[in-house]
Amino acid sequence: MSNTILKINNLKVNYGGIEAVKGISFEVKEGEIVTLIGANGAGKSSTLRTIIGREKPSSGTIEFAGENIAGMDTTSIVKKGITLVPEGRKIFPDLTVEENLKIGAYMRKDNLSQDFERVYSLFPRLKERYWQAGGTLSGGEQQMLAVGRALMSKPKLIMMDEPSLGLAPIIVRGIFEIIEAVNKEGITVLLNEQNANMALKAADKAYVMETGRITMEGTGKELLENEQIKEAYLGKSKK
Amino acid sequence: MEFFISQVLSGISLGGQYALIAIGYTMVYGILRLINFAHGDVFMVAGLFMIYLSSSLPVFVSVPLVIILTVALGFIIERAAYKPLRSAPRMSVMISAIGVSYLLQNLALYATGGQPKTYTTIPFISKTIKILGAPTRIVTVITPVLVIVLIVILTLLINHTKIGIAMRAVAKDFETSQLMGVKINSVISITFIIGSFLAAVGSLLYFTNYPTVVPLSGAMPGLKAFVAAVFGGIGSVPGAVIGAFIIGICETLIKGTDFSVFSDAFTVALLIVILGVKPTGMCGEKVTEKV
Repeated sequence: MSNTILKINNLKVNYGGIEAVKGISFEVKEGEIVTLIGANGAGKSSTLRTIIGREKPSSGTIEFAGENIAGMDTTSIVKKGITLVPEGRKIFPDLTVEENLKIGAYMRKDNLSQDFERVYSLFPRLKERYWQAGGTLSGGEQQMLAVGRALMSKPKLIMMDEPSLGLAPIIVRGIFEIIEAVNKEGITVLLNEQNANMALKAADKAYVMETGRITMEGTGKELLENEQIKEAYLGKSKK
Repeated sequence: MEFFISQVLSGISLGGQYALIAIGYTMVYGILRLINFAHGDVFMVAGLFMIYLSSSLPVFVSVPLVIILTVALGFIIERAAYKPLRSAPRMSVMISAIGVSYLLQNLALYATGGQPKTYTTIPFISKTIKILGAPTRIVTVITPVLVIVLIVILTLLINHTKIGIAMRAVAKDFETSQLMGVKINSVISITFIIGSFLAAVGSLLYFTNYPTVVPLSGAMPGLKAFVAAVFGGIGSVPGAVIGAFIIGICETLIKGTDFSVFSDAFTVALLIVILGVKPTGMCGEKVTEKV
C-alpha cells in the first residue's frame, strides 16, 4: 500500500457568496492518478484552487504529506511540491517557451538543467520551439507547455484543471498520454475533467462531484461500469 | 551653426532626462495599467531632497542619499496608496494617484513656504565646455551617455533575469503568475523602485540646468515624459525612450526659433496627431482579441 499524499477532510469553500464546496472529503495516494469528474459548477475548480491556496477554505483541513496546508499562501504551497495547471492552459503568450518553463521554476534556486532535459525529452516539440513566443504555439502544444511549466517546479503532486477543454478529440487523446507519462515519472496526478470517459479510463481512483458534494467514488473501472455514471456522464442510455 | 549644435546637444540631453522619467510611467502602466500621476511630483521632491540635503552635507554624500530617499518614497507611495486598492476598479487607483500628486505638491509648498529654492550646483557636471565650438555644460554631454548605459542595464534586467521574466509575466497575467509562486506585490514594488530610481537620476540631471525648484516643478517635465510614454506606446520601454528623445529635441529646436512660446503646445499637438494616426503609439502592444 502506498502512502496518502493528499487528504481532504470536510472541506468547505465559499466562492462569490455561495458555498461552492459543501464539505467534501477525499484522499489521493502517492503515485496515483485521481480524477474529480462532474458537470460545470459542481465545485471541482474551487476545490483545486483551494488546495493551491488561491481560495481560502471556510472550514476543513487539507493535509499534504502529513501537514495541514489549508489557508497557506500559494507561494508556500508551491514550495511544498503542489502545482496547478490552470483551466485554459494560461501560458504566458509574450514569453518564449523557454521563459515560460523558467517561470514555472520561479520558486527554485537550484540548477534547472536536468529539469529542462526532462521536460524536453517528454515534449520534444517544445525543444524545437524553445525560442518561440508561447502565444504562437497550437492548442495542444500550449497544453504541453503548461504541463512542462508545472513540472519545472519539481512537484510531488500535479493538479490539472480541465486539461482537455477546448481541444480537438485527437489532441485530447494526446493530453491523456501526457498525463500518463507524467504519472510514470512518479508524480501523483489530481485531475478535474468533464470528459468523464477519458478521465475514468486513465484514473486509479475517481470521485464524482455534484453541486459541491462528492456523491460517488470508486476506481476508474468501477465507475466506468456504473449504470448511473453511464447515463449521466458517458452519454450511454440503459437497456 | 554653433547655435544649432548647441541646441541639438541640449535637445538630446533634455530628451534623455525626459526618458528617465518616462520609463517610470511606462513600466508602472505596463504592470498595473495605472497612470501614476504622482510620478512627476516624485521627480520634483527628488529635487527638493537634493536642495535640503546638500545644504548641510557634501554633494558626494547628498547624491546617493537623494537616490535612496526617492526610491523609498516611490516604494512607500505604492504600498500606502496603490496596494490597498489592488482589487478595486482601475479608476479608484487613478484617483488615488491624483491624490498623491496633490499631496506631494502641497507638502512641498508647506516645506518651501512657496519660495523658489535655489538648486544645488553639482560641481563637475555644471562646468562649461566647448563641443565643436559650441559652449555647453558637461551635464549635457553626460546625460545621453548615462541614459544609454542605464537603459542597456534595464533592458538586460527585463529580458534576461528571473525578476525580469517575472515582471513580464505579472504584466500579462496576475493570477497565473501567482500560481507559479510569484509574489506579485514584490514584483510591483521592484517596478516602482526602478521607476523612482530613474526619476531621481533624471532629477539630478534636469535641475542642474534650472536655477530653482518650486512645488510645481515636476508638473511640466512629468507631463512631457507622460506624453513621450504615450507617444512611444505606453507599456513599452524602448518606445518611451524614443518618444522622449524626439520630444526633447523638437522642443529645444522650437525654443531656438521665433516660435519659442509654442514649444509646449507642440508637444501636446504631436501627441494628438500620433494618437489620431496610431492610437497605440509607436511601439505600443497590439491588442489582439482572444477568440
